[in-house]
Amino acid sequence: MSVKTIAGVQVNVSEDGYLEDMSQWNEEIAKEIASEIGIELTPKHFEVLNFLREKTAAKETLTIRGVGKSGVVNIKELYALFPKGPLKFSSRIAGIPKPTSCI
Amino acid sequence: MSTEKKPLEKVCLICAKGSLEDVYASLVMANGAVMEGIETNVFFTFFGLDGITKKAMNHLHTATTGNPAMRMPGGLPFPTMLGGLPGVESAVSSMMRKQMEALDMPPVDEFLEMITAGGGKIYACKLAVDMFKLKKEDLSDEVIDIITIGEFYEMCDGDRTQIIFT
Repeated sequence: MSVKTIAGVQVNVSEDGYLEDMSQWNEEIAKEIASEIGIELTPKHFEVLNFLREKTAAKETLTIRGVGKSGVVNIKELYALFPKGPLKFSSRIAGIPKPTSCI
Repeated sequence: MSTEKKPLEKVCLICAKGSLEDVYASLVMANGAVMEGIETNVFFTFFGLDGITKKAMNHLHTATTGNPAMRMPGGLPFPTMLGGLPGVESAVSSMMRKQMEALDMPPVDEFLEMITAGGGKIYACKLAVDMFKLKKEDLSDEVIDIITIGEFYEMCDGDRTQIIFT
């Protein structure tokens, strides 16, 4: 664990760059992590991020299938929003832990 | 010695067996690769074709005889004689599919869609398709093409590429 300044805020991040405490998150932090990855966030991205944060707060395990069935986005759209890391990149930007599911 | 990380860039999976666990092993690895942003090609051949054949793909079975790892619910050994009784393999397989569903593992047709939605590519082996007298329309719509093993190898070029046989 290390402390990093993102968007002017000091946050605790894991070795892989995931926020350790999801309550430290805000939209500016999301934008900065996203731009590091090479993604420019749109309102649609935030819909997904908020969904992921809600599910994580409710202690549900996130799977790509679950997100695809959420009604927020389908799987194809999810890949389009977060290329090459539909669950990993979206989780990192949403300030939640690294996904632990294999699917 | 260099410590530079060299992540995988491409995986090429070959699925040659048609049991529930063999097909799912290929599908989980393929979907996992796609989710990691790795270019993914899957080649279904021989009995593995059941995994992409419309009529068979959502009814795959696991072997209840000749499978020493098979257990009864609760962990006791599964008697081979019992496994051979009519209907047992079917019932056990449907139970396994239910347990997989509970872990959010999708049915085969949906799994194939998930893989292609992320850019993974699914192929059928020409030799095996001819042998089983199948046609393109018998196969899942997610199958891009019926190709030879030579053509598949051509897709496996490049550094940081792995071929996985299941």
